[in-house]
Amino acid sequence: MTALTATWRRLFLPQANGGVPAGVFVAILAALVIVAIFAPLIAPYNPDTQNLMGRLKPPGTEARGTYYLLGSDELGRDLLSRVIYGARVSLSVAVLSVILSGAVGITLGMLAGYRGSWVEVVVMRLVDIFLSIPAILLAIIMVSVLGPGFTNVVLVLALTRWPRYARVAYGQTLAISNQPYVRLARAMGAGPLRVLFLHILPNILAPLAVVATLEFGLMVLFEAGLSFLGLGVQPPTASWGAMLSVGRNYVSTAWWIATFPGLCLFLLVLSVNLIGDRLSAYLNPKSR
Amino acid sequence: MSVFLLQRLGQALVAIFGVMTLVFFIQRLTGDPTYLLVPETATQADIDALRRSLGLDQPLVVQYVNYLWDMLRLDFGTSYVQNVAVTEIIMSRLPYTLQLTGGALLVAFVIGLPVGLAMAIWRRYRATNLLMGVVLGAQSMPTFWSGILMIMVFGVWLRWLPPSGSGSFSHLIMPSIALGLLSMATYARIARSSILDEMSKDYIRSARARGVTTGRLVGKHLIRNSLIPVISISALEISQLLAGAVIVETVFAWPGLGQLTVQSVQARDFVVVQGIVLLGAFVTISVNLVADILYSVVDPRIRKGGRA
Repeated sequence: MTALTATWRRLFLPQANGGVPAGVFVAILAALVIVAIFAPLIAPYNPDTQNLMGRLKPPGTEARGTYYLLGSDELGRDLLSRVIYGARVSLSVAVLSVILSGAVGITLGMLAGYRGSWVEVVVMRLVDIFLSIPAILLAIIMVSVLGPGFTNVVLVLALTRWPRYARVAYGQTLAISNQPYVRLARAMGAGPLRVLFLHILPNILAPLAVVATLEFGLMVLFEAGLSFLGLGVQPPTASWGAMLSVGRNYVSTAWWIATFPGLCLFLLVLSVNLIGDRLSAYLNPKSR
Repeated sequence: MSVFLLQRLGQALVAIFGVMTLVFFIQRLTGDPTYLLVPETATQADIDALRRSLGLDQPLVVQYVNYLWDMLRLDFGTSYVQNVAVTEIIMSRLPYTLQLTGGALLVAFVIGLPVGLAMAIWRRYRATNLLMGVVLGAQSMPTFWSGILMIMVFGVWLRWLPPSGSGSFSHLIMPSIALGLLSMATYARIARSSILDEMSKDYIRSARARGVTTGRLVGKHLIRNSLIPVISISALEISQLLAGAVIVETVFAWPGLGQLTVQSVQARDFVVVQGIVLLGAFVTISVNLVADILYSVVDPRIRKGGRA
């Protein structure tokens, strides 16, 4: 237990960037996750209920029995409820795409590092090719072929981002696959799958966790960006990116529509990035 | 030297070839790419005619060879929505994106470098830590949010700058800042670590021992010697900025390639989207190639070692 608290201290308590303890950011992330999971219990109203008498109401006003704490949007929907439900979209797209791209990328990367020969050439060339197209453009061209929507966004993000994991998994596997314990396992007759997933994977998880954390923040931004451009999750589903795009059209009359979803997006990405930074500094003390 | 150059060039060519192949396959993800090319109003007869005239009824291998041949001649095709050559459409928008990227790079450099320097020199002060926090915060700020906030404050409330559009120098200011904020953090971090690296070297200590003042030390030695990594990161940042332009241009209605991409997707003008993606990939690959070559010229160890 003491080891755990010591780890916790080193990770999150010492003077963090800007003097704010990093624990604050863990708390923000945890709060957003809880809000996303229990959205139906927390949200004061249905996020999709329109109220044409209560359009574009500023924060803290009431119209037709609905109290708009954060104001209402162009269709009179409660902004607070939409922001709360938006957390669901952001987090679920990010979690699913990180899991999917991680699974594909790590498997391919480990295979390339372990098997060598043509597998290595094919996989690593593919990685180079994917990484030489700016990610957002690759995502846009795939969405324009497949069409927008929740599932396609997750698929496209996974297809776009797997090379990141593959590259790290490849390098780590290369470094580790000649270690005596790996050779021993092989000599004792362990098949390649057993060696890869039982002996190599657990020992390369730490750097991959850092990649996954930083990618998580990026995935949140990507989903919001695609939705902002109208290529992501489609209306009426509440997505922070789509809400920002509506808010963009009402900057001069209704500042709140863009401000609050943007703030949540910012806090989520900021806390994930800071936690990722912390994690990488902790796992790699030389970089400090 | 020449072996390294040839190897690196070969890699770049393989990557370009691979990108073209990848785009070819993406086109066919849904089966028949003809549907991607026609406007929504097209009739079945139009579609069949187009399929034949483009050779999309031929075997896949023939289509692939034809496609590669077109790309090699830099023929990106014709937009069926606008009836204009894709190259022409792209060229009309390119100057705007170049202006925006240039402006963003300038913002990032002019703010990022001094911030990085300050963070390295005064790293023991609390205020510096705070600065680091602000820099990190700027990096996590989605451009479409910071852009909208700027439009609200400077465009709508204070009325200092035009909220969106193009036409004058003042139109360029806010988009450049919104886009530049992303790279600013990268510059600040690279400059900081590179200067810290340089500060720990012997010649700095001996210069201090000789009584060289801090100002002179920074101006004459530190900045110059720590600029190499800062400049080489610019190559990578340029492709980042080109990608970031997609969103920033949409926020500020800036008529560059990014806005064109989004408009083309909405108008189902797939040929244009494909042209921009290929262009983006070519730029990224060549910029990386140039950066690697420049780097090997500056630092001969890379040539000898083979890998950067």
